[in-house]
Amino acid sequence: MNDCIMTTKYELEKRKYVLGGAAILIVVVYLVRLFSLQMLSDDFKRNADSNAFLKRIQFPARGSITDRNGKLLVYNQPSYDIMVVMTEQTGVDTLDLCQSLGITRDWYDRRMAEIKDRSRNPGYSRYTQQLFMSQLSSEEFSRFQEKLFRFPGFYVQKRSTRQYQYSHAAHILGDVGEVNPADIKSDDYYQPGDYIGKLGVERSYERQLRGVKGTEILLRDARGRIKGRYQEGRFDQPPVPGKNLTLSIDLELQALGERLMQGKLGSIVAIEPKTGEVLCMVSSPTYDPRMMVGRQRGTSNIILGQDPHKPLLNRAIMGQYPPGSTFKTGQALTLLQEGIITPATPYPCSRGFHYKGLTVGCHGHGSPLPLVPAIATSCNGYFCWGLYHMFNNRRKYPRVQDAMTTWKDYMVSMGFGYPLGIDLPGEKRGMIPNATYYDKAYRGSWNALTVISIAIGQGEVNLTPLQIANLGATIANRGYFYTPHVVKEIQDEALDTLYTRPRYTMVDREYYDVVVQGMRAAVTGGTCRGANNTWYEVCGKTGTAQNPHGQDHSVFMGFAPKDDPQIAICVYVENGHYGATFGVPIGALMMEQYLRGSLCEASELRAQQFETTHLYKPYDYVSTAE
Amino acid sequence: MSAQQSNTQRKGAGLLQSIDWLTVLLYVVLLGMGWMSVCGATYDFDQAGNFFDFSTRSGMQIVWIGTSLLLAMLLLMTDDRLIESLSYIIYLLFVVVLFATPFLAHDIKGSLSWIKVGSFSIQPAEFAKFATALCVAKVMSASGFTVTRWRDLLIACLVIMVPVAAIILQKETGSALVYLSFFLMLYREGMAGSILFAGISAVVYFVVGVRFSEVPVWNGAPVALGPYLVLLFIQLFTGGMLWLYTERRAVARQVTFGGVGIMALATLFSRFVIPFNVVWVQLGVCAFSILYLLYLALRDRLLAYLYIALFAMGSLAFHYSADFVLNDVLQPHQQTRIKVLLGLEDDPRGVGYNVIQAKIAIGSGGLRGKGFLNGTQTKLKYVPEQDTDFIFCTVGEEEGFLGCAIVLLLFLTLILRLIHLAERQPYTFGRVYGYCVLSIFLFHLFINVGMVLGLTPVIGIPLPFFSYGGSSLWGFTILLFIFLRIDAGRYRLQR
Repeated sequence: MNDCIMTTKYELEKRKYVLGGAAILIVVVYLVRLFSLQMLSDDFKRNADSNAFLKRIQFPARGSITDRNGKLLVYNQPSYDIMVVMTEQTGVDTLDLCQSLGITRDWYDRRMAEIKDRSRNPGYSRYTQQLFMSQLSSEEFSRFQEKLFRFPGFYVQKRSTRQYQYSHAAHILGDVGEVNPADIKSDDYYQPGDYIGKLGVERSYERQLRGVKGTEILLRDARGRIKGRYQEGRFDQPPVPGKNLTLSIDLELQALGERLMQGKLGSIVAIEPKTGEVLCMVSSPTYDPRMMVGRQRGTSNIILGQDPHKPLLNRAIMGQYPPGSTFKTGQALTLLQEGIITPATPYPCSRGFHYKGLTVGCHGHGSPLPLVPAIATSCNGYFCWGLYHMFNNRRKYPRVQDAMTTWKDYMVSMGFGYPLGIDLPGEKRGMIPNATYYDKAYRGSWNALTVISIAIGQGEVNLTPLQIANLGATIANRGYFYTPHVVKEIQDEALDTLYTRPRYTMVDREYYDVVVQGMRAAVTGGTCRGANNTWYEVCGKTGTAQNPHGQDHSVFMGFAPKDDPQIAICVYVENGHYGATFGVPIGALMMEQYLRGSLCEASELRAQQFETTHLYKPYDYVSTAE
Repeated sequence: MSAQQSNTQRKGAGLLQSIDWLTVLLYVVLLGMGWMSVCGATYDFDQAGNFFDFSTRSGMQIVWIGTSLLLAMLLLMTDDRLIESLSYIIYLLFVVVLFATPFLAHDIKGSLSWIKVGSFSIQPAEFAKFATALCVAKVMSASGFTVTRWRDLLIACLVIMVPVAAIILQKETGSALVYLSFFLMLYREGMAGSILFAGISAVVYFVVGVRFSEVPVWNGAPVALGPYLVLLFIQLFTGGMLWLYTERRAVARQVTFGGVGIMALATLFSRFVIPFNVVWVQLGVCAFSILYLLYLALRDRLLAYLYIALFAMGSLAFHYSADFVLNDVLQPHQQTRIKVLLGLEDDPRGVGYNVIQAKIAIGSGGLRGKGFLNGTQTKLKYVPEQDTDFIFCTVGEEEGFLGCAIVLLLFLTLILRLIHLAERQPYTFGRVYGYCVLSIFLFHLFINVGMVLGLTPVIGIPLPFFSYGGSSLWGFTILLFIFLRIDAGRYRLQR
């Protein structure tokens, strides 16, 4: 009996091994689990870091923009974005919020739905800040801030908006707007809600202007509250401010140009020949760049987009026009260089070019006449004959196509037919036809007469006003040009070599001298007499570009002073009729402003006259915008 | 020198030599590490690290640790025989307090277990453990008590279940579950191992059945993995028990290999010939096995067959009532906790959030951890209840794998040491009480660390000596030091 109890007791005591074994087993299993959690994977570490470290982006100040004389054109002003965290914004008095922000209940509901809509807002998360309303002004913000404590889940983020000191040069300055998905895709610098240059130099110098975003590493607790900086900011990276730009634009000249072009469609481009710097670039109609600031940008864009006169179009680089007679200077240079004519070669003109039933009309002047008076009087007959002789010169060019190709090469060397490469987005190439083009258009059967109108800047030839102004600059330089550009200096950075290297045409300097003589004669006794003055020697060439859709376009191309050119200019007034009607006087006023610093009294009166001469009825924004 | 002399001498030489100083050392080391963890878990960036400020939790924990040490000394100075003789009174007192608690308590996160005393809140349930352990020990040390007798076992269970009922009324199911650990002690004292096995089987059936109730055995199978596995287990367990408890190996072989073989054939048929729900075949196999065992029990007059048949039947019944238990017996937050733990509900910001963040905290610690007070996960409050139930996260994040391993090994040493101490008790009372203590520690360690590691359900019970809080610290201290006092009296003459 006793033995039995003893055995049982002994048997039972063995159960301590079961319990001890269970304890050991549990601890071993847990150690294995710990090992796999802590030693085998880095995921948890990364997870913990992304939990705890909030990388807050610090936005750099965007570079400012000044004109060539140091006048501040564009700068930054603080603005405030209202952010919302959906999970935290429960129990907000919506009515009170709407009133404080000056929005309607409808707008609020729509905006909230938009934020939650992942197809429109791919980065949506209920736990992070989402943009609710952007770019409140300081006044709006201070009104809202007083009540901010009543709206849990709503936060304010400081941003900066672009401010424009003047209402001028909208097309050059451009604007900034929120990045779109394509921007984000093409450059991972951007995140939704960032701003990017959309037009003008804001876009073409985006890289320089934007600076480099900084990051601040903050410790964030489970409720998203910031608990300080990680390691006292040792790993923070301060933002690098954007670089300031100095434009080559002369604000006064730009302002005068915009004034003179009021009520007219067209463009004025002025270039400093010895540098290629664009002194002014007017496109009319224009708009006030201040319309594109802040929350009104979207509406402004729509309103301007509806205007049939397309104020958003920068006609100076996007308008492709027949250059008309201004093109004859280029023709003269080509004919001289190719040896088709000498300065003394006379061609007849009996009120035009008549040959085999083809007539290109001209106005009355002496005939036959050599090159200089032909330029001065803008003789159509002369240049038609010139092209005819060139294209039919079978000793020099075996086929008409070869002549055409040679001609095209000259034109391209003068900067036509391709974008010049100005530092603004959207530049068009214009149109210089080539042999292939005509072969296609006329199925191979064409000759000099078929294409004769290209000799006088009509027909298939189209140039942008910038290309015409650049032609003026090239002639002023007697044979070369610098790629036109609107940015004169970038802070701490050299300009692209594209803008500092001269580009030579295929024509020698001596021939340019002849053309300059012709252009000078046009001012002293030809079509450009209106530009003549006693202060400096102006050289010019008018153009009256035929326009199948209506009244001819009025064109002027010129430069001054003749022997030390400071300014080359192109004035293009759509439907302005004769070059002498609008082109010449406007060009003269612009030159006077730039070369003398101001307009004399008589000129001021004439400027006022042009300012009030309207060729079209301005689009009525108010009545069309609902 | 006679044994009697030696004993008297030792007693005369004083208490100090009879105390198990290794356990005391383990206790003090764990307390120290626990305090460091509380410092790490409650560190606030705003009031950078004044750990001794009594308005902070780390400061308060010093108070609890100090009073605990005082309490431990007092307990060592009392007479263990006095404690033993007061067992019933202490137990009755706590039962009354436990049942009164829900009426006196103020609601803390749905729990009605805290009573306000002055400016402190105490949780009587934490103290009821030692009272229950004392009472059970007293009951089981009574002469003639045999755990294998059903009546006696029921009495012991009753003593355990009364406080459980009271604690469930306080909506502290987690604390109530701790009393399951008493079954480990009962097992040591001679309770049939099959009861323990049945309990563990029930947990396995429940977990497997619920976890895989929606998962097909193979893609597009008309059979869910949950019931399929459970029925397979039932067949295997039945076969295994036949192997262990009966003489005739043929029956065990038939039930095991025959049953499983039929199930396998049915599965192959369903997979490659005509898809059908294999569970019906499995049920048939189980039912046939049960009938066969009942027939054998009648024919051979062998109770073992009957019991095993009953086990199989009970298993089936339990499995099919598990859904009912989950959906209708458990409270909603417990349901979600279980479902999240079993991976049935994806809820990264809800209950699952705790487990995910706990794993991130531990996992980010690496080998050596981020260093004292350098944990971001715990400091920035990503881990909820980081200073109480999830305190082990702080150890994992700041002290790394090495720190965790040291803590676990210290606990293991403590438990194994307590087994040793319990086994050396000359009286049943001391041994039973000792096993109660170590079982409770083991259960807390198993559940608390397991939930932090994502291995066991999230049941809100503290990690002894680590979790912040006076009640639990005092409770564990009293529990442990009563045993050390009993152990210190082991040389006294046998009565």
